[in-house]
Amino acid sequence: MKADPKGVLTGAHFLDGDHACCEGALAAGCRCAFGYPITPSTEVVERISRRFPMVGGVFLQMEDEIGSSIAIQGAAWGGKKVMTVSSGPGISLMMEHIGLAAMTETPCVFVNVQRGGPSTGLPTLTGQADMMQARWGSHGDYETIAICPNSPQECFDLAIDAFNLAEQYRIPVMFMMDESVGHMTERVVIPEADEIDIVERRYTKKPPSDDYELYALEDDNPFVPPMPPVGEGYRFHVTGLTHDDKGYPAMDAQTQQKLIRRIVDKIRLNADAIAKYEEYQTEDADIILVAYGITSRVVIRTMEMAREKGLKVGVFRPVIVWPFPETRLKELMDQTKAFVVAELNYGQVVLEVERLVAGRAKVVLAGHGGGDIHDPKEILRLVEEVAK
Amino acid sequence: MATTFSPISVFAARLMPKEQRFVSGHRACQGCAEALAVRMVHSILGRNTIVASATGCMEIISSSYPDTAWTVPWIHVAFENAAAVASGVEAGLSILMKKGKIPQRKIQVVGMGGDGGTADIGLQSLSGAMERGHDMIYICYDNEAYMNTGIQRSSSTPYGASTTTSPAGSLSIGQHTWKKNIPMIMAGHKIPYVATASPSYPFDLAQKVKKAAKVKGPAYLHIYACCPTGWRMKPDMAVQIGRLAVETGVFPLYEIEQGVLRITHKTPELRPLKEYTKHQGRFRHLDDATLEEIERRVLDEYRKLERREGLAL
Repeated sequence: MKADPKGVLTGAHFLDGDHACCEGALAAGCRCAFGYPITPSTEVVERISRRFPMVGGVFLQMEDEIGSSIAIQGAAWGGKKVMTVSSGPGISLMMEHIGLAAMTETPCVFVNVQRGGPSTGLPTLTGQADMMQARWGSHGDYETIAICPNSPQECFDLAIDAFNLAEQYRIPVMFMMDESVGHMTERVVIPEADEIDIVERRYTKKPPSDDYELYALEDDNPFVPPMPPVGEGYRFHVTGLTHDDKGYPAMDAQTQQKLIRRIVDKIRLNADAIAKYEEYQTEDADIILVAYGITSRVVIRTMEMAREKGLKVGVFRPVIVWPFPETRLKELMDQTKAFVVAELNYGQVVLEVERLVAGRAKVVLAGHGGGDIHDPKEILRLVEEVAK
Repeated sequence: MATTFSPISVFAARLMPKEQRFVSGHRACQGCAEALAVRMVHSILGRNTIVASATGCMEIISSSYPDTAWTVPWIHVAFENAAAVASGVEAGLSILMKKGKIPQRKIQVVGMGGDGGTADIGLQSLSGAMERGHDMIYICYDNEAYMNTGIQRSSSTPYGASTTTSPAGSLSIGQHTWKKNIPMIMAGHKIPYVATASPSYPFDLAQKVKKAAKVKGPAYLHIYACCPTGWRMKPDMAVQIGRLAVETGVFPLYEIEQGVLRITHKTPELRPLKEYTKHQGRFRHLDDATLEEIERRVLDEYRKLERREGLAL
């Protein structure tokens, strides 16, 4: 399926990441967004409030982030592709509903333009410290997909992927921008609508009946049940309580195990299919820099400087951080001596790298408290130490 | 038991306190009437005050080191919970006094927030604090949009105003809902004192702040705070616009004391609404028909207020 040309602003633009993200959502077919102002993500909703009505979409500013994060789920069950946008404290307020989306398998996109935290932190400055929150911030056991763009162009391109993955896996997708990427203005090329692939919602093929099972698997898809179309006679029950295939609460250990096993497995067992990453000069690298989001651009400079000094350094950039591109990292692990993980926090994604590497190579953190990006020279110093 | 106040017959500028608790050097925009109102309020409340502030302009412009404007204890927690924080402070103080850990005396606990932090995200915690009956004042400084993040609409934004998330254009007149009436929602909590005030009427404001402080239990003040930056108007007109808001009936000044409403600045002949809107860029796009519709509504609300005067709500 190709994108609806009405929502695609084909051409070359000079946009910041926040605005590009709005255009990506439109291209992906999102026509319904709810939001609440919070720095540094406000520009996304400002653009949405202008652009969505122009293409027949709806934007409503809600009374808070709690309202936004649940209104989108009502709209998703009503048949729309939906998103909400926030940052730090706002995302924290949304957490209960992110868990609800995971439990009810509601396709939706949460954009988090990360800023310095915890708490109010640094509203106007950058951070990448919400990565573990994106993974398991809500209570209970579930998996999400978290995507980290590193340029305004990617805020457009990957926003489309975010909606596609949300539909494909019926999951809340965390679109993890950061303030640097959100407020960076660069050239953004938006292709023709017929060059943009869109995943449409998968609807049930069973006719409406009293025995309709909301979460019954179809089409040989062992992980993701199709959704019911609204307004065609399907009666169903959506609940955050542990539910059976019919969608009704069934609060016993068996149902819980079956349900949670499936919503965890639908991501874990498809991790290779979901994985998206980039590599630079890893073929001969003794040391591989691992970074995502804005930091993945900083480490490219570190790599160049290291190469000038004769050090064999490469870069591995998970574009989709959760699920982590585990298989590829394990392959790299066998050919390299050390990983230096650079992120704007004091150790989140590095824990995943350490877990996978399990002592078979050296793993070093290049941490940073946020508020600013790394100095590539600082990372270089660390690389030189590791190389000794 | 009802608290009664003797009417103040003389009010001259020299009777206003000279003491300042919200001092100069903060980062408010030119012509910010909200900063003016905060200064007046705290000049009257004086030294024995603890302030819990919601996220917003007043937090950002007044708190950061070394430009701190506050000379009283001040706490910021998050956006949605200033009233809950003030509740906790008040409860903590009363326990400490009860146990004799600190001397018995009046320490005024003040919760404050903008219109977003009060009418939208903070309404739940505010309602809880009012219902529990904490001895505190909650003050909403209403500049009619989220100004701190750059002029987004709130539920307190007036009908027709253009903001960055209710942009006026060919498909929209701007804000398409009517301003939420928070003072009346607070009155619905049956708290002892509710009032609206404006820094353009300093004596009226001073009197209301004094009453709010004197009352035992929760008091709610809703203060009109003209924002020249967000309303797209000349900064030297902020005080004048505040007066026009009252004289056109857009923001009537009244108080509800022990459930009885009294209009404190009577305006029998309301001025035409255009005198108020013409100075503000946020209303510039409105046509005459829309302005008339707004004017009718303003008049209607004002007459309703007049009819309620003296009645127990």
